[in-house]
Parts: sequence; C-alpha cells; structure tokens
Amino acid sequence: MKKKVKEAIISVRNLTAKFGEKTILEKIDLDIFPEEITVILGNSGCGKTTFIKNILRLYQPHSGEIKVFGRDVAQIEESEFNQILQKIGMLFQNGALLNSMNVFDNIAIPLEQHTNLPKSIIEKMVNVKLQLVNLENVREMMPAELSGGMKKRAALARSIILDPTILVCDEPSAGLDPITSAALDELILNLRKLLKMTIVVVTHELASIHRIADRIIFLDDGKILFSGNLDDAKKSEIEAVQNFFEVGSF
Amino acid sequence: MRYEDKTLYLEGALTKDTIAFKLEKLLLTEVSKIDLVKISKIDSAGVAFLDELKDRFDNPKIINTSDEIVQSMRIFSPQILPKTEEKIKENMFVKIGGLVVDHLVSVKNAFYLIADVFYWSIFGIFNRKGHRKGSVVQQSILIGMDAVWIVALLSFILGLILALQAAAQLRQFGANIFVADLMALSMVVEMGPFLTAIILAGRSGSAIASEIATMKVTEEIDALKMMAINPIRYIVVPKFHAITICISLLVIISTLVGILGGLVVAVTYLDLSPVAFLTRVFEVVKLRDALIALGKSYFFAWIIVIIGSYYGFSAKGGAEGVGKVTTKAVVASIFWVIIIDAMSSLIFYYNVKLI
Repeated sequence: MKKKVKEAIISVRNLTAKFGEKTILEKIDLDIFPEEITVILGNSGCGKTTFIKNILRLYQPHSGEIKVFGRDVAQIEESEFNQILQKIGMLFQNGALLNSMNVFDNIAIPLEQHTNLPKSIIEKMVNVKLQLVNLENVREMMPAELSGGMKKRAALARSIILDPTILVCDEPSAGLDPITSAALDELILNLRKLLKMTIVVVTHELASIHRIADRIIFLDDGKILFSGNLDDAKKSEIEAVQNFFEVGSF
Repeated sequence: MRYEDKTLYLEGALTKDTIAFKLEKLLLTEVSKIDLVKISKIDSAGVAFLDELKDRFDNPKIINTSDEIVQSMRIFSPQILPKTEEKIKENMFVKIGGLVVDHLVSVKNAFYLIADVFYWSIFGIFNRKGHRKGSVVQQSILIGMDAVWIVALLSFILGLILALQAAAQLRQFGANIFVADLMALSMVVEMGPFLTAIILAGRSGSAIASEIATMKVTEEIDALKMMAINPIRYIVVPKFHAITICISLLVIISTLVGILGGLVVAVTYLDLSPVAFLTRVFEVVKLRDALIALGKSYFFAWIIVIIGSYYGFSAKGGAEGVGKVTTKAVVASIFWVIIIDAMSSLIFYYNVKLI
C-alpha cells in the first residue's frame, strides 16, 4: 500500500533575503511538516532569525515563495494573514513583552483581542499557561521587574495562549538554567503531543536539540548545509555540522 | 450538548472557538456529572471551561474521559494559585511622610548631580581626559547650530506678532515710534532669552533626557562605570560645555531677529524709517539689561542640561521608562525656566525704573 505523503504546513521555495546589498539567505528550499519539531541550527549570524522572520512576514523577502497553511504569505491580504497569525505563536529572542502592562495582561492580550471568551475563562487560561512556564507568582509584576529568563518564559506563555497550530521559538533556552530549560523542552514535547503543534525552534543548545529535535536544519552562510534527523546530523561528514556537534558536546 | 438526569453530556470540540457559545447556552442550576464520551477534541480553553463548570456546579464528577482528555486535563488544569498579598492600606500621615521623604531624597540627588556636573565641568576644562575627543564640538552642533534656524524663525514671527499687536494700539495715540521701545525692551530683556530657553528645553532637554535614559535602561551607564569612566563627566559635561557656549549666541540671534521682525512691521505698517527705529532701539536698551538677559540665559541653559540629565539617570524599566522621564524632563525644564525668569525679574526689576 502506498504511504500517504504528508503535506507541508510551511513550504519555502527559492527564498533569498537581503539587507541592502548583503545577502543573508540564498535560494532556500524547505518544507516543514505538521506535528514535527524542526530545529534550525547554525552559527551566529548565519541567517536563522532572518529565516523565521521572513516566514512570518516580519521581513520582506528579496525573492522566492513562502507558503504557510498552503497560502502564499506574500500574496494574501493583511486580514487573511491576520487570521493565519492567530494559528501561529512566536517566541522572540528577547521575549518582546509589552513594558507598559503587567505579565498577566501581556499574556491575556491575544485572548482579549481574538476570542469572545468570558473573563473567568481568560483568567484560568492565563493562569494555566503561567503555571506551565513556572511563573504563577509573577502575574502582577511588570516586565521590567523580571529577569531575562522570566521574561522569556512569560513570552512563551503568551505565544501559546491561543493553542496555536504552529509555534516558532527563537532561542527559547538561551539565558535559562538547565532545569528550567529541560522543563521547557518537556513542555514543547507535551504541546506537540496534546495540541498537535508544529514547532520550529532556533537554538544552539545541544542538550535541548537532543531532547526535542525530530529534524535538524543546519544553516551556514545563508544556505542549508544539512537537513535530516539527529542521528544523521551526528554522522554527517559536512565539516561545519561535525564541528558544531563536536565542539558543543562535553 | 444534552442534559439528562443531572448529567451534562458534552459533544464535539471543546476549544476556544466553541466554548463561549456553550457557556452562553448553559442555564442549568444543578449538574452532578459531566460526560465527555463524545468529545472529539480539547484544548487548554476546553480544560478551563471544564474547570469553570466544576466551580459553577459544586465539583461535578467528570466521566467517560479518554486518555487524551485526561492528559490534557493534567497539564492544563489550573491549580490553586497562591493568593497575592494584599497591600496594607497606609494612613494619610504615612503617605504624606513618604512623599516628603521621597521628595527630599530626589532634591538631595539633584544637588549631588548639580555639584558633580559643576565640579567636572570646571575640572574638565583643565583636564580633558575622561571626555570623548570632539564631543563638545559635536554637542555644540547638535544643541546650538542645528537650533539656529528654528530659533531665528520663531523669534522673527514673535517679533512680528508683538509689533503688530502693539502697533494697533500705539497708532491711535500717534505714538508710533514707541514700538521700537517695546520691541527693544521686550526682546532683549525677556523674549529673546525666554523663547530660546523654551525651544532648547523642548529640543535639547528632551534629547538629553532620552539619550541618557536609553543608556541607563540598556546598561550602557553601568558599562561605563565598569570601565572606570565617570558617566557624568563622559556624557553630561560635554553637553554642559556645549550649551554654555551656544546659549549666548542663540539668545543674541533670537533678540536681533525678533527686533528685525518688529522693524518690518514698523516700516511697513507704521511708516517709520528704519534709521529712526534703530536709533530709538539703541537709545532704549541699556548695557545692564543686556547683561542681565545674558546672565539669566546661562541659568536657563544649565537648568535644562541638569534636569535632562537628572531625569535621564533616574529612568527605570524599558522603553516606557524612557518616554516617561523625557516628558517629565521637558515639563520640569520649562517650569524651572519660568521660575528662574520670575526670580530674576524680581531681583533686578522690582524697584528699578526702566527708562
């Protein structure tokens, strides 16, 4: 019997991104499949953040095609793209919490803006998401009063508040202690399992990669050097990939 | 959704898109069991919905749950959260006392800053180490040169307005020539320094406060301290020197251009000759007035730099904190400019005959 081929939830074709004259990404082709945890690796400045920001239309690509949920993000109207964005959660590198409101209000924004849920349910949902990231005691605090790691966890709670279909995390474990980092990885695995999320993670943390990665994409100098699972990545004969795993392991 | 024999049978998806509708329809008073056998999908909003039902119906039993639902409930169920500590209400005297102490502390800090700025400003003239090379010139361009056009334009417009308003009255009495007296005295003694100070408070005061506040919240000030560099000497003193150099020139430009605006009205509207107008101007203005005006303009300038720096260094939080202190700095600068102006008027003109 012929195995049913999964359709990509994010599909990138021939993507080139430039900052001025400098080429950051060059002719990238990539498919990200549903319920998969795809980890994007690469040295600093190789274009990882640019890549995910292009997918989410935060940056305008120089050329190429990006499809999310089968829709070409460059072609669709803003209102339709906003509907798509409600199914995507994004965790920014620095959290990007709104400084003028407390943690609770920050996390409740998407629910207040995009659902008709009563206040009591919103409160329960925000509290649960805060529990998931171990921040139940800081819900009245302002972002400026939180540490870097706490800000990032609060931002993660905000990014999963709508139970999105796709979760994009830009360096989720950076700045976290190993225990919190491991708990975060477990949360990512649970979210995939329970809510059938597709998760794209940009990270440098080898321990985290070992725990969560279904597929690894290795970017170098704006190009994809390697794409495959963790075992294949470890056995890879590509020098940059070998170096990454050898230098990073202990 | 179905209700039979005190059992609520839920069906379909329990997600954020469906539960609001389900809650609206729920008008029951007693539920002892909730049956989930026909639930096809559940998310965290669905679990919150079940929790809400538990609260509403005195903890009904949830039955016929699949493994998936059990697991979702385990992960997404709100636990009993610790209560946030209630703030103890302070009585009025404690509040007033607190405000007074806070105020005294900020006055003390402001005096320390003033002392630091003056000390390093004087010391910095003789020892240029601890400054960035060329920073005084760069700041002079930003604070002084870049402000010349706006100061000149507004002074000219103000001169026109003052002269026009006065001319309409003076003409009735045939006292046209006195427009020169009015322009000379008002521009030299009051409007030139005052208008320049207000423009600088809005332009440079806000720039100083926001620059220092941004440096504070991005830990640049801490980084300077860690490099054993005095932030006041490195950041504030060049601005202080620059504004001290520029303010007198800007005041002179403002005064001359303002009088020029008056001259335009005098010549075109009151049919006065330029020579008569200017002769009268030089007769009326005394050296003492010009020196007092220049003297107080230095105080205006210094207060703008000191207030901008004070609020900049007191910034807390992130971008929002920067916005807050910038607004406070501009308001406080304008307030103190007016206070200093009033004080100088009282000191020098309370009992003095002008002409």
